[in-house]
Amino acid sequence: MSMTGGAGRGLRRVILGATTAWLLAFTLLPMLIVVAVSLSEPRLGAPPFTPLFEWGAGFWPIFNGHITSYVTIASDSLYVAAFVSSLRIAATSAFITLLIAYPMAYAIARASARARFALLMLVILPFWTSFLIRTYAWTGLLNTNGPINNTLINLGVVSEPLTLLHTEFAVHLGIVYSYLPFMVLPIYAVLERMDWSLIEAAQDLGSRPYRAFVRVTLPLSLPGVFAGWLLVFIPALGEFIIPDLLGGPDTLMLGRVLWTEFFNNRDWPLASALAVVLLMTVLLSALLLVKALQRREAA
Amino acid sequence: MMANGGAGETPVIRIEGVAKSFGGVPAVAGVSLDIARGEFFCLVGASGSGKTTLLRLVAGFETPDQGRVLIDGEDMSSRPPYARPVNMMFQSYALFPHLTVAENVAFGLEEERRPRSEIRERVFAALAMFDMGAFGARKPHQLSGGQRQRVALARALVKNPKILLLDEPLGALDKKLRERAQLELVALRERVGITFVMVTHDQEEAMSMASRIALMRDGALCQVGTPRELYDAPQSRFAADFFGVANLFGGRVTEAGAAVDCAEARATLAVADACTQGADVTVMLRPEQIALSKHAPAAPNVLTGTLGNVVFLGNAYVCHVVLDSGKAVQARLSPADMAKLGALATGDRVHVSWEPSAARVLTS
Repeated sequence: MSMTGGAGRGLRRVILGATTAWLLAFTLLPMLIVVAVSLSEPRLGAPPFTPLFEWGAGFWPIFNGHITSYVTIASDSLYVAAFVSSLRIAATSAFITLLIAYPMAYAIARASARARFALLMLVILPFWTSFLIRTYAWTGLLNTNGPINNTLINLGVVSEPLTLLHTEFAVHLGIVYSYLPFMVLPIYAVLERMDWSLIEAAQDLGSRPYRAFVRVTLPLSLPGVFAGWLLVFIPALGEFIIPDLLGGPDTLMLGRVLWTEFFNNRDWPLASALAVVLLMTVLLSALLLVKALQRREAA
Repeated sequence: MMANGGAGETPVIRIEGVAKSFGGVPAVAGVSLDIARGEFFCLVGASGSGKTTLLRLVAGFETPDQGRVLIDGEDMSSRPPYARPVNMMFQSYALFPHLTVAENVAFGLEEERRPRSEIRERVFAALAMFDMGAFGARKPHQLSGGQRQRVALARALVKNPKILLLDEPLGALDKKLRERAQLELVALRERVGITFVMVTHDQEEAMSMASRIALMRDGALCQVGTPRELYDAPQSRFAADFFGVANLFGGRVTEAGAAVDCAEARATLAVADACTQGADVTVMLRPEQIALSKHAPAAPNVLTGTLGNVVFLGNAYVCHVVLDSGKAVQARLSPADMAKLGALATGDRVHVSWEPSAARVLTS
């Protein structure tokens, strides 16, 4: 790998510099702007918020920040409710995803090499169609006179069509369906690398298959479970499209509230403050998971 | 069937006509074998000979297509691995990486739902037995290869199994450590008194450790016997070649139990083993049974040739000789015999000779 002389070092510096510049320009800077907007006040005009710094008589600009938006979020029960309900929906749907994804990942990891490739392709295949279109397709499927209800009525399971669309159930379904591959792949990656002689060793020492799973397979696959959980829970927490297309009018999720504040109420500072709170929640939960994982590995 | 454990006593392992194939390819083909209590039994063979599959059939990780395995007279056919009175030491040791050394050793006892105090005592004793008492809180990845091997042994033996199965237990150790571990394993078996069944591809390892050896080839037993029997009286060319070095001459019996005409040696060799007239056989000679001399000795079997390389091994010399027939043979001489011969140089004419009783006549 060692590139000889100054040319190699120069190239390395260029790549590192470009990476840093990219992250600064497209990750850190936009986040700082969002934080800045969240600290300003809404007004009519363009942009629809007051500048954070104003030039007065003195040498230094006057800091014109307010925490009004954050106070509003904390005091208005709507936002708190949206926050709690987002956490709840993201957590339950991530959990359901885990329950479905784990056996899938396990089956793929234990399949023959050829079947494994085919199954992995099938898991990844939905990515080739737009996420928006796939979510929209569910509205047709879940409709009162859609294929699911028609089948259920024809089979005589129900006499009246069920209300499936625009419910919290549909939101869960949408999240589980869309994010399943993100849970399957990291768990599969861990299970595929696992030394199966460990399971035999457990059985040799007297574990029934179920016990061997609980005592050996499951603990060893936890890094994959954590990774999958992060990849599903975090985007689900801020999900907008799925609750908007499949959720009911009473399905409160932060993504939707954020949208309303931005585009309907044109309260950019409040929307930005919501985004910052969401970001902090995500960061905190990710940090806690990573810390838990590190503690496990260090022990 | 070769029962070795004395008349009347049930063998601790009885393998009855066991066959197992994977995807149509036979791995073990009709093996019957008795292993007596307290043996250090070695299964040897090249890779793919079925020795590991046979071990796994005893452990219960594979179920036989045909035949059955009995342990202590009890049919194991419907017993899964977790309900068999055997424990296995895996080639990779298979220590649980997420558990400490002490937790690894306690694992099997916890699965038996033993009381906490008993588990603590037995784990302590097992670790102490392998000088690992100070390492109980470590994780496997913090141990050296030799330490891991001892933890794996402790974990398997703490359950007091009737049989310890060892799958290439020394394969992961370096040469120096391996030689010491061989002696330790033999001593360990004597101390704990149970039956050890070990799989190895290393014939020297099998010879130096086993009380009995089963040589496997293509899923079948080639020969079963003590190390001495396998070395001194191999029953086939394959067995002769597998254990140690063998000089092999193919030929046809011209006088039953007395003479074999060997084209490879361009001579008729005198033998003492039983053989029938007209049979195609192989005459086998171990290198140490061949004498070397500058002048033709008065012996029944004398062949002439040219001396090739002489390799000094410290306690012996290995002389490579190309016979006039073109066949290459090896003779192993002690330093004293070598000194008696006097100065020899590559290219010198030499005579190789041996007693008829030293040669084995192999019929397959």
